[in-house]
This record gives sequence, structure tokens and C-alpha cells, in this order.
Amino acid sequence: MNLDQALQTFITESRELLADMEHALLNIDLSQDWGDQGEAINAIFRAAHTIKGSAGLFSLDHMVAFTHVVESLLDAVRDGRAVIDDDMVALLLACCDHLSSMTDGLAAGQYEADPDTVPEGERLLQQLRRRMGAGDEPAQSLAEQPLTVRPEPDVERMGQAAGNGDSDYWHISLRFGRSVLQNGMDPIAFLRYLARLGRIAGMATVADALPAADEMDAELCYLGFEIAFESTADRAAILGVFEFVQDDCEIRLVAPRGKVSEYVELIRALPENPIRLGEMLVQCGSVTAAELAAALAQQSQQSQHPEVQGEAGAQPAQEAPQRLGSILVAAGQVAPVVVEAALTRQKQAVEQKAQENRSIRVDSDKLDRLIDLVGELIIAGARTSVIGQRLHNAELLEATSTVSNLVEQVRDAALELRMVKIGATFNRFQRVVHDVARELGKDIGLAVDGEDAELDKTVVEKIGDPLLHLVRNAMDHGIEPAAVRVAAGKPARGMITLNAFHESGSIVIEVSDDGGGLRKEKILAKAVERGLVDPERKLTDAEIYNLIFEAGFSTAETITNLSGRGVGMDVVKRNITALRGSVDVRSVEGQGATVTVRLPLTLAIIDGFLVQVGSSVFVIPLDTIEECIEFAAEPGQDYSNLRGQVLPFIRLRSLFHIAGAPTRRESIVVLRFGKVRAGLVVDTLLGEFQTVIKPLSPIFSEVRCISGSTILGSGDVALILDVGALLQAVDGRGAVAPAPALPALAV
Amino acid sequence: MSDIGHLAWDGEINIYRAADLKLEVLQALRAAPVLEIDLAGVTELDTAGLQVLMLAKRTATIEQRELRLRNHSPAVVDVVEMLNLGAFFGDAVLIHS
Repeated sequence: MNLDQALQTFITESRELLADMEHALLNIDLSQDWGDQGEAINAIFRAAHTIKGSAGLFSLDHMVAFTHVVESLLDAVRDGRAVIDDDMVALLLACCDHLSSMTDGLAAGQYEADPDTVPEGERLLQQLRRRMGAGDEPAQSLAEQPLTVRPEPDVERMGQAAGNGDSDYWHISLRFGRSVLQNGMDPIAFLRYLARLGRIAGMATVADALPAADEMDAELCYLGFEIAFESTADRAAILGVFEFVQDDCEIRLVAPRGKVSEYVELIRALPENPIRLGEMLVQCGSVTAAELAAALAQQSQQSQHPEVQGEAGAQPAQEAPQRLGSILVAAGQVAPVVVEAALTRQKQAVEQKAQENRSIRVDSDKLDRLIDLVGELIIAGARTSVIGQRLHNAELLEATSTVSNLVEQVRDAALELRMVKIGATFNRFQRVVHDVARELGKDIGLAVDGEDAELDKTVVEKIGDPLLHLVRNAMDHGIEPAAVRVAAGKPARGMITLNAFHESGSIVIEVSDDGGGLRKEKILAKAVERGLVDPERKLTDAEIYNLIFEAGFSTAETITNLSGRGVGMDVVKRNITALRGSVDVRSVEGQGATVTVRLPLTLAIIDGFLVQVGSSVFVIPLDTIEECIEFAAEPGQDYSNLRGQVLPFIRLRSLFHIAGAPTRRESIVVLRFGKVRAGLVVDTLLGEFQTVIKPLSPIFSEVRCISGSTILGSGDVALILDVGALLQAVDGRGAVAPAPALPALAV
Repeated sequence: MSDIGHLAWDGEINIYRAADLKLEVLQALRAAPVLEIDLAGVTELDTAGLQVLMLAKRTATIEQRELRLRNHSPAVVDVVEMLNLGAFFGDAVLIHS
């Protein structure tokens, strides 16, 4: 792996870590439960620390210097010298952003501090230092801070503790690795953190490894510590203190009254691959080879010692009764705590391995190329079957049908690779809502549902901005100020809800708020004022609501810096339409509004249905088709009777002005998009077809009702119908008597 | 010319400065039989910084010189006390209340 690749990995990882950090920060803010903070703070610390460490590897000094201060503050939070509060969360979020911009700069080839962002960095650093300065008295702030559930003894000074000669202490022996400082860890910080778990009853600093003055490298660590530690914390909690440094530190832990220190130390030092417990114990010296042999012999005889000795008996061998370890425990040769540690270690190694193997990073360009190739494969396959049909060769036809079946599966598998869950996108909005709510001075929460719904990566990337705007808009215009809410009998805290689900080949994303809802009269008045609609026209509620997506429309009385500039909703609509999607809004006045965005699951390949009108072939996305029926119309009307229901239809021939007379047996394809159902009159049904979507050239971008093109097996080009746009035309016409409805509004 | 060398350290005594401080303190130590370091302005002392002080102390002992640490700031006292290094340095430490 060359350095460039490593740097790319670093950038990717940093972004992920920053996302984690942000998530954890927001979660702290959300959970009112102080007890949960420990884990979240650790997660934040871990992210900052890892970024600092990796940045150091690449000599990115500006990043190291910045994260160092962030980390110091987090360290102070961890050992109770500073208390995290709302302002600190906001500060740390700002630091997250600053780091993100550094990472972005890095991705753009900026290896030094960007002069533009330096003042911002300095400002943040000052604030960070100020927060740290606030907690200079460790013992005092420890006593005050409400972070932990367990009542915590104050840190006592060594001198005061010396008189206590009782032996009921944990003994902790630490030998820090040489590189621990270079990795950005400060052993002293860990000791401070340790002191939060109990009382350091005795401490000896071991500096024997410190070399002669000239050989000493000031950036290496030579120290070790022997600590007598009084605490009710368990082994895991004590080891947890050193979690971040465990690779860089030999930790030996002896339980009160125990003599198993050497065992644990060596288990810690074990290689990553899981080794059988017995071998481990022999290797770590807690059991000699002779003892192991004896134990093995015992195991083969199936006779366990009936009596157990001492505390070893307290641990029933439930982990794996047949395992050697349990026999050794039963025989009293190993204290259970050691076996437990070994088993945990084994388990961790296996789990870690499984985790590593479960996913791989693949360049998205490679995936795109794969999808392209699959697309070409489908076209080539279609060509082959056309030839087979022409030759009337049964064997060839059979072979091509098998091939196309396989190609279809390959296509689905390939597309699946690009599917990502929408949850990550949704979670980004936690931050947006947090920040915007602060800015607006409103109390607003975000509820997220359907995070597991999957859609194509390219769609996910493009939907972020429109969604962002919708969320901001809902917060700014939708949610009322707290006083108004309370007066209306609603909870003071407003809620924005993001929801996603799949529906007939589309993904539906809903952005809802429980605010004041849209005001019909106001929208209509504004639309008339702006000349968007004719005052004489009667519009349905839905049509009025959807006016907000028209260009140049804004009802906000005051312009805030979030939205209300009069651009936005129309841009949202345009962006979503560009993704072959649609957007719709419904609202109940006084109760809130819901914007529904409907998007195709994928932008690359779809299952299509071929129809023919005259000599032109069209593709209809199969997911939107409900059924195909024989053409029958009420005389002189543009609707049909479908099992007692009115089915409006469109004649494709007249829509696209295709010359020629209709065939004798026309058909109606019944389409459904969202809640709208309509028929499409065509000459001939040609059957299903795997459709590789080829974008139309930009000069066709104004063409309505066509979303793309594809290449048929014969080499001909077929146009893909935009069902959403088609049905919208029907919908408008069905509701209002004179012909062009919504399209006229846009002019 | 006095027999006592003087150094005054302030700010963050940490890994970023440790290498420089090591050179500085060793040079100063060898320039005079007695070296006094004023630590009043130290706001942060990390393991790397502490090691430099320990190295200086031990080097002084080996070479039969004297190192005195003066005016320990709270940040220094905190570390020295926690790690029980008071005896190692052997300086009178002002206890900050």
C-alpha cells in the first residue's frame, strides 16, 4: 500500500470517525440520563484520539495540534475535571466541523493548515482552553460533578493514604510501551482516569528503564507504575481504563488477595489468533506443560475432581464444560478469573476476525464500472435473443433464455452492491436539527423511522440537499414558537419526523412536522399576487399546497437566514424531478405538514415493459404497472370502465403526436403512481424487457413524460416513459375541467 | 558570576516541547554546578515533560550536580503528588490549597 492509498484510507476513516463523534455528541445531548454519558464520551474521545494518532503518522501537524487540544478537553471530561454541558457540545460540534473541513482540505491536496480556516481554528482552540481552565481543581470538581452513578470517593493525596496497610487492594502493574507518547497517549492522563474508579492507595513510579541522558529520546516513554488501588470496581472496569492504550502497555492486574498476576499479564500478551485455552495457559506459564499433560489425561478419563477448592469453585464451568480450562479450574490449579480472561480474549479475537471479514471497502468507481458492464451485457443478451427468435432455433432460444435469466440475477446482485441504507443520511439530520433549533431558539426534536430502507448510493448522495432544505423549511416555517405551541395545546417541543419506506419500486421519504401546517388562503393569495395562478380558477387543496413548489414562491413574512429567500422549494422539486422522482405535500392546518418525496430505487437498470405505438417502442417501468386490459372506452370520452370504476386514460398516440391509425386491437396499460391510477392506450404489448437506462442528452431535458432512453435487442432506441409526469397530467385534468392544469403554473 | 544556573519554564511542558527542553536542561545543567528551574508558569505537565525533569534530576545526581525545582505550579504538584515523586525530586514543594 503506498502512501497515497493510505492517506485515502485515513481520509475515509476520519470522515467516519467524525460522523461517529458527531453522533455521540448529539446523543449525549439527547439522553438526559447522566449514566449513559461515559460510553458516549469514550466514543468521542476514541474518535478524536484515533484521528490525532493517524494524522501524526502522516505528519499533518495542524490536525495533530488541533485534535490534541480537543482530546485534552475530553480527557478532562473523562477524569472529571470538566463537566460536559450544552455549550460544550456545541463547541465540540464546531470542532468536528473544523476537523471535517481539514479532512476535506486534505482530500483536495491541502496538507498544511488552510489560511482561511486558521482564525476559526484559533478561536475554537481558545474556547477549548477556556473550558479546560475552568476545571483546574481536580478533587473539587470531582466532588461536584454528577457524571457517575456510583458514589465516588474523592481522590486522596498519597501522603494521606499511606497509613492504610490493609492488603485488600488491587495491584496494578503498568509498563508503558516506548511509543505510547508518539501515539498520542499520555500515561498520566490514564492514571488520573483510573483515580476516578477508586483510591490510589500507593504508587511507585518505575523509571529504571530511563536510559542515560544522551541516549534518551524525549519522545519515547520509559516509565512504569506499580499501583496499589482500592476500589469496588471489577476487573473489567479497571482494565477498561486502559482500553485505549492496551496495545501499548503491559498491564498486570492482581485481584485483592489473588496471586494470578502473571497469568493475566501473559494472556494479555497473547497473539491475536485464538489459541486453545490449554495452550494459552501453558504458554502464559500459569500452568506448566506437566500440569497440562496431567489435566489432559484427566480429561480423557472423564473423571473430574469431585471436590473443588477455594474460590475456584465459585465459578461453575458453564462456558464450555468439556474444555480443558474448566477442568483446570475445577482442579484448583487456575483461579477462575484467569480462565475467564482467557476465554474473553479468545472470544474477542474470533469476533474481531468475523467483523473484519464481513465487509470490504471497494472503490465506488469499480462498482459503477461493474454496473455499466452489466448494462452492456443485458443489451448484448437482448440482441442474442432477438437473433434466436429470427432464426427460429429452439436450442439457441433455450440457451439465450437461460443466459438472460442469469444476467438478470447478476444485475440484481450488482445493483444490490450499490444499495445503501438511508439511515446514515437520516442521522446526519440529527446534527442539522440540533444546530438549526439552537439558531432559531426553538426546541425541536427529530424522530427517525425506516432507517433500514435501502436505495441506490447515487440516489442517496443526491437526495441529501433536497432533504436538508425540506427539514430546514419545516423547522423554520412549520414549527411554531414554543409559546404559540403551548397556547394551541401542543407540547412545547416540536418534532420533525423523517420516515422512509418502499412502495412499488420506489422509495418514499416523508418529512413531517407537527407545526402549524400550511395555510391555504395565504398560499393562494400569494400565488395570485405573484401571478402564478388565475384568481378565477378553482383549485383543490392538494393543488394549492403544491403551489409552494413553484418557482419564486415564498410565504415567509420575515426572511431568515435559513430559508425564506424565495428560492428553495422549487429547487427541491427540480432536483427531485431530475432523479426521476416526485414530491408532494399534504397538510392539516394547525397539525402540521408532510412532504412526501418519491424516488426510484435505482438510476441504472430497471425491469421495463415494452409497448408499441405505430413504429415507436416505449418502455414503462414494470413496477408502476398494475395490469393490462383490452381497450374499451366510453364513447367519445377519455375514460374507461374498469370493473365499475372510472379509469381515466391517455392516448399515447395523441400525446406524442404519432402518425398513423390505431391498430384494431388497442390495449390499456393500467398504471399506478402514488395514489393516482390511470390507463395508457397503446397499439401493441411487447412484453417485459430488462431496461438499461441511458440518460437523454441535455437538449431533451425539457421534454416532459420521458425520463430516459434504452437500447433494444434489435439495436433500436426506445424511450422510457416518466409515469409520474404522465399521471400528474391526468390527475390535474381529472380534477379540473379545462385541459392543462399544473404545467401552466410553472410558466 | 553565580554558581547557580537559572531556567524558568512556563506553559505546556509536553511532548511537543520535550525534545527541545531536554537539550535545554542538559546544557544548562552542565553549565553550572547547581541549576534551578522555576516552574511557576507551567500550565500542563505530561508524561514526556515529566520524563525530562526526571532525566535531568538523575543526570544531576550521577554527575554530582544539583537540580532544584522551584515554585511548582499546581499542574506540576498534581503530577508529582499523584506519582509519588516528591522524594525522587527531593524539593520543598509548596502545597497549594
